[in-house]
Amino acid sequence: MRVNFTVNGREQQADDVWEGESLLYVLRERMGLPGSKNACEQGECGSCTVRLDGVPVCSCLVAAGQVEGRDVVTVEGLADYAKQRAEHGGCGTGACGTSLDAAKQWEARPADSQTGEGTQLSPIQQAFIDAGAVQCGFCTPGLLVAADELLERNSEPSDADIREALSGNLCRCTGYEKILDAVRLAAAREGEAV
Amino acid sequence: MDFLRPASWEEALAAKAEHPTAVPIAGGTDVMVEINFDHRRPEYLLDLNRIGDLSEWEVGEKTVRLGASVSYTKIMENLRTELPGLALASHTVASPQIRNRGGVGGNLGTASPAGDAHPALLSSGCEVEVESVRGVRMIPIDDFYVGVKRNAMEPDELIRAVHLPKADGPQQFSKVGTRNAMVIAVCAFGIALHPETRTVRTGIGSAAPTPVRAREAEDFLTAALEEGGFWESGAPIPPSVAKQFAQLASGACNPIDDVRGSAKYRRHAVGIMARRTLGWTWESYRGNERSAQCA
Repeated sequence: MRVNFTVNGREQQADDVWEGESLLYVLRERMGLPGSKNACEQGECGSCTVRLDGVPVCSCLVAAGQVEGRDVVTVEGLADYAKQRAEHGGCGTGACGTSLDAAKQWEARPADSQTGEGTQLSPIQQAFIDAGAVQCGFCTPGLLVAADELLERNSEPSDADIREALSGNLCRCTGYEKILDAVRLAAAREGEAV
Repeated sequence: MDFLRPASWEEALAAKAEHPTAVPIAGGTDVMVEINFDHRRPEYLLDLNRIGDLSEWEVGEKTVRLGASVSYTKIMENLRTELPGLALASHTVASPQIRNRGGVGGNLGTASPAGDAHPALLSSGCEVEVESVRGVRMIPIDDFYVGVKRNAMEPDELIRAVHLPKADGPQQFSKVGTRNAMVIAVCAFGIALHPETRTVRTGIGSAAPTPVRAREAEDFLTAALEEGGFWESGAPIPPSVAKQFAQLASGACNPIDDVRGSAKYRRHAVGIMARRTLGWTWESYRGNERSAQCA
């Protein structure tokens, strides 16, 4: 079957989708967006977390057919999504977002502190790098999407808020402390910027 | 496999009548796991996400009509006052991502004894609104669970809503697991005090082939509270009464040994949770009584 939906602010179309296929499979294998990770396939690990109409969900548990006409944001579009939110409070025109080609090639190239060169990251992405919250990196995309959504609705989260918001995302490397540091750092930077 | 996307409730009923083997999918948190792991290859998937009113709720004078797909997140955020037991139980469901998708209709459809909503549904005394092209049925929750992962629904029926009495007294929920998030209950216990009818209702999860009430424990406690005049006096419940209630709750279990826990442990833990949740709800009831008297 064919599924039409919005990915990172742009209309997309997936063809030959099997009816039992997950949104995660469509994103990774049909759209060429491997940022959302495929691990447990049962909603335990959170590494496939995306925003579905703004709501964080495990994309492995959303049937592809269920996203027809709906709006998905993946980690590849997170930097643009956060930028739009900061500048305009979201995308009103429909002309923003991240093209599929740009998303496919998206890499985290943080701004170099010496030269200032590099890609603009979302505040939460930059904070993960600065706080050393990334080790093997497999859980990182899901954590970024979940943490970004937390900061969107709660700009001054308590430690309990952060733990609750990230309770559906497993990390086997960091012991979580650096991840908590990163979210605190991002919140503090946003607070300073205002 | 065919993917059916009804745009309205009537279309969904028609589709289910035409294809009774169609598997309804709303949040997908149960169905997609089975498909991902190749445990199930339904001929038809019946997507209910397009039917907006399944995600809505209405707070009436006496009851809350909770749409089958209202997410656990929405229940926690919006219905804590009206449905405290269910809101507490919702908070223990998996993780934010899962709570954003899953709802009570799915718990009822799957009818797993471990579903987190069941103890709260049983202790509230709700009714399940199921419908087919043949008509609507209101199934009392006490008659809904008929076996391991089996419920009282006909193949052509769909769950539309749950009608829960608004809380008339304190309610509590307790669940045993290895951590706070992302656990399937080893066992769980829900309790609701109903001061208006001077009754107590309970629900036990994961400790019998189906979710069950601890009826003997309820009857014992209801009688003990009545005879001792506790509802009027708001006096503390004697430890002997709490102990007896706990033992009877424990006795209502019919658990198995499995990877999550032993039968013996489940019986023990249900007794402990029964005693504790009774303490919490009664203290809350007494607090309200005292402040009412002072005012």
